[in-house]
This record gives sequence, structure tokens and C-alpha cells, in this order.
Amino acid sequence: MTAPLRLSVRRSEVPPPEAPDRRIEISLRVPTDLGVVEEAVDLVARHCLASGIPPRAARFRLRVALCEALSNAIVYGNRMDPAKRVDVTVVVTDTTVSVQVRDEGDGFDPSGIPDPTSPERLEMAEGRGLFLIRQLVDEVRFNERGNSICMILHRA
Amino acid sequence: MSFTFRKDEAKGVVVLGVDGQLIVGNRHELKQKVLDALDDGERKFLIDFTSTGYIDSSGLGVLVSLSKKIREVSGELRLAGLNDDLRTLFELTKLDSLFAINESAEEALAAF
Repeated sequence: MTAPLRLSVRRSEVPPPEAPDRRIEISLRVPTDLGVVEEAVDLVARHCLASGIPPRAARFRLRVALCEALSNAIVYGNRMDPAKRVDVTVVVTDTTVSVQVRDEGDGFDPSGIPDPTSPERLEMAEGRGLFLIRQLVDEVRFNERGNSICMILHRA
Repeated sequence: MSFTFRKDEAKGVVVLGVDGQLIVGNRHELKQKVLDALDDGERKFLIDFTSTGYIDSSGLGVLVSLSKKIREVSGELRLAGLNDDLRTLFELTKLDSLFAINESAEEALAAF
């Protein structure tokens, strides 16, 4: 049996000159292993709570959205390749919490995901991840390649 | 995270409690417990989310597939104990229309 994988967190509390309203930046490198998703989500949520974002947002919306983004990155992005990693960067400012999840895959076209709430798809077991993310956070952005998602929660 | 498993003998209902999260890393465990019970001839199932933190789309997917399997053998599945956040997930995905949902495990048991 392999030893439990450790997650590394970098926490910077001094805002850089170019982003004076930045309070905290958390960086996390997550292995391609579905078994560590819960631990990674808890770690990020705890650090966000410590920075003072509303508990409900951190506890629920952020946790579910990050859980979805990590699973997508591991399963569809890195295709379960243990040699690959997922990088998570969380930036908490006075007004927003932004969570970026980047995998090492080829990317995908987020506009090509069908609506999982349509009657013909309602009883499908898969296909709700990105839909839930879009519903739970205030803004969702992708990079051009489609291997990095940025989820933004407004703190107000 | 863990699952509790008991049988309500009076109603003949298998009651599963989800303690923690129902997500991509553990959904298969819940699925297997229900499939094993189906193989053993059980037909009535209650999944209690009173002690659940959050559910992701994989967890919802497992519930959808279990719902189908239980229906195929003329069984019955009820969900109970969803807090406001969890209920919101079912509403957003319109899965609240697919499941029989009760406020509490007691209410769900009474409804079998």
C-alpha cells in the first residue's frame, strides 16, 4: 500500500503591488487520484474560511464546485494518468474568491456540453458536473485551450 | 466519510445513512451496498442524508442509476434528510422530479 499523498499549500498574506486588494493566494498541486479530491477540497475550503469569506459559500458552493472541477480535471483532463498533476490556485480579494483549476490535458470545448436537465438526459448518470459549477458560482471562465477553468464567487 | 447500513424490520426497508460526502471518491461504495442488498432480495431502500456535507454530480449520478435499477425490479427508493443546500442541488438539476423525497427518515419510513 502506498503512503498517503500529501498536498502542498502556499499561502501568501502580503498583497503584491499589482494587486493591492489581494488578501490570500493559495496554491495546491493535486495528484491525478480521485481519492484525494475530498482532502483537497477540504484544505482549500478551510483556508478560504480562515480568510473570512462567508461560511455558507465556502462550505457548500465552493466545495461542490471545486470537487466537480477537480474530478473533471482528473478524469477527462488528465485521463487518470498518474504522471500528470492538477494545479489549483485560489485568490481571495476584498470582493471575490477565484478558484482556478488547471489540468495537463488537451482541453475541451465547454460550449459543447448538453443540458443535463432536458427530459431525455435527466436519467443519465453522467454529465452534470459543469452544469452544477455554472449554477453554483457567479462567473466561470475557461482559457483558450480549455484545460483551465476559473470559478469566481462574489463575496457580497 | 462513511456509510451506515441497517434494516428497519417493521417496514422491511434498508436504511443507508451517508455520513460525510457522497462524491466521486466514494460513490461506488454506496452503489455496491445497494446492489448487494438488491441481490439479497431487498426491494425497499431509504437513503438518509441527515449527516451529509455535500454531494457532487457523481454522487447524484449514482443515485440516478440506483433509482433506475430499483425501479426495474419494482422496488422503491426514498431520499430523506436533505438540508437546504443539498435540496438546492436536486432542484437545480431537476432531479427533485425523479426522486421521492421526504423531510426526515421517520417520515420516509412511514411513507413506504
